[in-house]
Amino acid sequence: MTSNQSRVSDDAVEQLIGRLLQIGVLIAAAITLVGGTLLLIQHGRSPVDYSTFRGEPSYLRSLSGIVAAAFQRDTRAIVQLGLAFLIATPIARVAFTLVAFALQRDRVYVGVTLLVLALLLFGLLFGIA
Amino acid sequence: MTVLTLALFVVAGSFGAGLLGALTGLGGGIVVVPMLTLLFHVDLRYAVGASLVSVIATSSGAAAAYVREGFTNVRVGVLLEVATTVGALIGAALAGFTPTSALAVLFGVVLLYTAIRSLRPRVEHAVLSTPDDWSTRFRLDSDYPTPHGRQPYSVRHVPAGFGIMFGAGVLSALLGIGSGILKVLAMDQVMGLPFKVSTTTSNFMIGVTAAASAGVYLHRGYIDPAIAFPVMLGVLGGALLGARILTRANPQWLRRIFTVIVVVMAIEMLYKGFTGSL
Repeated sequence: MTSNQSRVSDDAVEQLIGRLLQIGVLIAAAITLVGGTLLLIQHGRSPVDYSTFRGEPSYLRSLSGIVAAAFQRDTRAIVQLGLAFLIATPIARVAFTLVAFALQRDRVYVGVTLLVLALLLFGLLFGIA
Repeated sequence: MTVLTLALFVVAGSFGAGLLGALTGLGGGIVVVPMLTLLFHVDLRYAVGASLVSVIATSSGAAAAYVREGFTNVRVGVLLEVATTVGALIGAALAGFTPTSALAVLFGVVLLYTAIRSLRPRVEHAVLSTPDDWSTRFRLDSDYPTPHGRQPYSVRHVPAGFGIMFGAGVLSALLGIGSGILKVLAMDQVMGLPFKVSTTTSNFMIGVTAAASAGVYLHRGYIDPAIAFPVMLGVLGGALLGARILTRANPQWLRRIFTVIVVVMAIEMLYKGFTGSL
């Protein structure tokens, strides 16, 4: 494969990935919008004060807790689900890019992309203690 | 203030930030945190969490359009993402120990630097030079479309660019910004990439960098749904509208407005940082 052909297929793959990413953002925004509207209907009149940091309750801080509470129709959890989905879209992009490099048998970039993906998953799944 | 009134104010302010950010090309993320902390008295940690989420939304939302133009250098982007994600994870770890006043001062400095860069005219440089060993090893040299056909370019000073990207990652996590200006500086000025390739590749990297620290902040309880959702939807809506009307707007005039806002916020952040009143 000449370098020219490989670049053209790079572009085509990236276009497809870019589209998928936009769809991901739209899905995330839709979940957040629905959850946010329900949240305002339910809690809209409560007073708020964000000037002191309390941190979120633990069920809104882990992926499993968010999913479980969202299915219980907790409106905050539905918003959080949309936000977590959004955080996952760039990670999905890196995963798709990894597949694209693997199909091109580009070992160096499979390694580089794998490293980026590992760093991202580490942050999302475990946080930093 | 109630949840509803705060959400309405925040969605309006964020929409304006996203719109101006897209129209001026400077990104709206940089003004979201000062707006939330200075205007709405939101704690810096909640503000940083909400801002990072909106940075991911605009970066990922714009990605397809940029890639279609054929400017993004995916290899350069992925290679430098190693530096920005490591920087972002370290920045997120540091955020827990850094006093709020120090972050406010740092934010003020970054805002001032943004204002200065936005006023300086951009100079196109020669794009063909001798690539360094790293560029050859990682096959970073590429070409990009111009009116006269595809123009090849070479990449140099990869280790220096890598180092600046690490710093961009740390700043992104600490301040909840995309660090686009620093990323473009590294690629355009240091690594010798063409300006258009630098800006689109920077956008490609911003979402990935922000996702690294946003994941950590989700676990640490910095991302509050009631404050993050109006910020994210507002900035995204503003940025999408901005991208649509971009060709009809007068960027010179808007850039000046944006610069004034940024300078005012910088002074306020520096003042609050030095007096410890944030």
